[in-house]
Amino acid sequence: MRYDQATWTREDGDETPDTYEPLLAEKRSTAVAVDDSPLPDDLTRETVELPDPAEPELARHYTRLSQMNYGVESGPFPLGSCTMKYNPKFTEDVAALPGAGTHPARSAASTQGTLELRHHLQTYLARIGGMDSVTLQPPAGAAGEFTGILVAKTYHEEHGNDRNEIIVPESAHGTNFASAALAGYDVVSLPSAEDGRVDVDALEAAVSDDTAALMLTNPNTLGLFERDIEEIAEIVHGAGGLLYYDGANLNALLGRARPGDMGFDVMHYNVHKTFATPHGGGGPGAGPVGVVEELAPYLPSPQIEERDGEYEQVEPEHSIGKVHGFAGNWLVLLKTYAYIARLGDSGLEDTSAKAVLNANYLASQIEYEIPFSPFHHEFVASADRDAADVAKRMLDYGVHPPTTKWPEIVDEALMTEPTEAETKAALDQLARAFNNAADDGDEALETAPERTAAGRIDQADAARNPRLSWQTLDD
Amino acid sequence: MSDTGRGSPFAPHTDAETAAMLDAIGVESEEELFDIPEEVRFDGEFGIAPRSEREIRREVQLHLDRDDDLTAFLGRGHYDHYVPSMVDHLADRSEFLSSYTQYQPEVAQGFLQALFEYQSMLVELTGLEIANCSMYDAASALGEAATLALRARSVDGTRVLIPELLADGRRAVLENYLAGTEATIERYPMEDGNADREALADALDDDCAMVYAENPTVRGTIEEGLSEIGELADEHGALFCLGTDGIALSLLEEPASVGADVVVGDAALGLGASGGLGLGLFATHEDFLRQVPGRLVGVGEDSDGNRAYTLTLQTREQHIRRERATSNICTNQAWVALRAAMHAAWLGADGLVGLAEDCVTNARDLADRLDDVDGVEAPAHDRHHFREFAVRTDRPAEDAREALENEGFAVHAIDDDLLQFCVTETNAGEIEDLVAAVEVVA
Repeated sequence: MRYDQATWTREDGDETPDTYEPLLAEKRSTAVAVDDSPLPDDLTRETVELPDPAEPELARHYTRLSQMNYGVESGPFPLGSCTMKYNPKFTEDVAALPGAGTHPARSAASTQGTLELRHHLQTYLARIGGMDSVTLQPPAGAAGEFTGILVAKTYHEEHGNDRNEIIVPESAHGTNFASAALAGYDVVSLPSAEDGRVDVDALEAAVSDDTAALMLTNPNTLGLFERDIEEIAEIVHGAGGLLYYDGANLNALLGRARPGDMGFDVMHYNVHKTFATPHGGGGPGAGPVGVVEELAPYLPSPQIEERDGEYEQVEPEHSIGKVHGFAGNWLVLLKTYAYIARLGDSGLEDTSAKAVLNANYLASQIEYEIPFSPFHHEFVASADRDAADVAKRMLDYGVHPPTTKWPEIVDEALMTEPTEAETKAALDQLARAFNNAADDGDEALETAPERTAAGRIDQADAARNPRLSWQTLDD
Repeated sequence: MSDTGRGSPFAPHTDAETAAMLDAIGVESEEELFDIPEEVRFDGEFGIAPRSEREIRREVQLHLDRDDDLTAFLGRGHYDHYVPSMVDHLADRSEFLSSYTQYQPEVAQGFLQALFEYQSMLVELTGLEIANCSMYDAASALGEAATLALRARSVDGTRVLIPELLADGRRAVLENYLAGTEATIERYPMEDGNADREALADALDDDCAMVYAENPTVRGTIEEGLSEIGELADEHGALFCLGTDGIALSLLEEPASVGADVVVGDAALGLGASGGLGLGLFATHEDFLRQVPGRLVGVGEDSDGNRAYTLTLQTREQHIRRERATSNICTNQAWVALRAAMHAAWLGADGLVGLAEDCVTNARDLADRLDDVDGVEAPAHDRHHFREFAVRTDRPAEDAREALENEGFAVHAIDDDLLQFCVTETNAGEIEDLVAAVEVVA
């Protein structure tokens, strides 16, 4: 089965590329002079020029753009570590209910219902993660990492600990390194052992009085559960450091294991991965942070607390302050609440069961080497050719390819995470796309894709000659 | 699929399929696939009961209905502007909503083009050459601007100057972005709501990495000496960062013309009342291209020689550069950027300027009306205002705020004797009632 993505032809006839939806500015653009405003001239600009297509043209424009775009509802989207699962429609409607988006500066007394919902969600997340307290403020996963690290940093400072290092396994998400650096830490990269897990000897050698925390993803990015987690926690805690859990792979553990029970002190939840809130082409998401009791006084302000049925916004005693201008991405969090409520205990537990089943089934159906196992919700296959070529060819077979060339531990990595939301039929389609791409000749792979809105794009050239706005285009 | 049955309603497996898959893998049960040591297995319960869609909608609505039904005249960085229906209908198309970061550009041309258009409109509105395709909100964009300034101004300077009057959220987030640096944050004085330029000149020296100003200010006043601030910053080699919003940009002085090096802020377009959801505008000069945080969409060529769009300059980003990245941002607010672009295009230049002008006249009208009320001085600052303004009251502001809340209106109490009101097209129809309520409580 092949797949053709919608393409559009230039309407003006000449020099017709195969695919072309004009830029808004190429349709119609108007400049207006700002000369009759209610303000003095010296406080205003002189002109503004913007596109101004009529609404029917705009509707057609954005419909066409959407048809040149691939989402989870277009087909399988097995991006490893990104957890692209189907997001139920009703959560969108819940987030659009009357009163859902009330102004964040409203008083606590006048928004008891909203605060109660936020408090319920804090409680749900705390139970799911095995944590004592949760803040909903961080607006994304990386913002959650930064928040968690600031909490750890302030905790150490309050205890008179002068610690300047954070240890991060080399297979970790790039955000871990960047978030630790942003908080002012030196990053110590920890090599993996031969089995793909944390090298406990290397960890013992790496920890010291300088260690503020170890950031760990479990299962890790190879989909492997860090079986030595209790020993790892003991080593880090023994050196006076804290254990940070990166929630990117929590989908694999729902209801089966909890970071808090494994010895983690602080964690973030990627609600757009583990629960539901569509990724929206790159965001918004939300990255709530959970902590054990000892770290609760350091959480961002305000924190929502319940006293005798009343909900209050409280400043924790040693709060790190704020990590979002208001209260975080509340409408995203409301979708998360609705999703968790829909699933309940049994649904959450079934999610990890089916996510792990799907990954293992897909792996059993593809003709690629998978160097590390047993894996949970995701696996990293190795292409015996350029993984990027394989990925481009898979696009022609109507699926989105896996994450490519990462983690670097595996040669020509294809990091694959089908999620629980794929049917057996969709997994079989994915397997065919993998296997066909493996069997296709070099030419087909090097020239792929051929059925998409654009042919293969020269990204190196785009970076060498940055053209980042229509103002820089000649034609 | 049962409505509240066992298991996930979004895991579509029949029992027969599950059995066939287990068989293909060569295991007896799903449990066998879990490689979790007994000691850390969770065998408790969360105590979360599954509910049906219908039950959840009802439950959430009942909660939301417990919020008091107030008309908000609130602003201070979050503005409720009317969003045209077209934006909801088209942005909600699942190919947009259910897509991901555009790491495979050949199947993401639609979103990439939309983000390229967003960047281009921001370039048009700011007069700067580069815009990224979103941060999280105005506060995070300000924090990123400061870290950019510390890198780009590789002088010894580490002082960051911010206005004395600044939304708490923005200041607090900025503090956290700079927590890992040597930078110090200092406030420069303001006079009658605007920057005190003489005091700023005194505060500036060659140790300054960045000067931040806003237009409109947090009090809603319009700055009158931005060019002078730009020149002062420039003389000392400091970066001039201007905070604003997408609607104000269409009317107020063009940032590039007043010497702004970075523009940050929120869109005020495409979102409406959204509980504080932000966008994080970020635009800057070409000189800082390699220092820009966040994602950039660029133009390239595909194998047929056609124009095509792609994420570019990714070697700045965390997934490649790790601890040496320009920023830790990964998930951003791309879908919000899409909505802002749709809204701006729907308005066009004429509509956007008209909306901004309405902001000014609505605020002026409301201030005039309130000023007629005994015990009230409006606006408190003798300045031009954009869409909000401070009001001096004879009675303590917090008392007045609470009394207004009892009358059905939410407003800010910002000082012992200052309230703040924000008016847009969404609450302009309630002005009469608000004025009547102020008459009662003043």
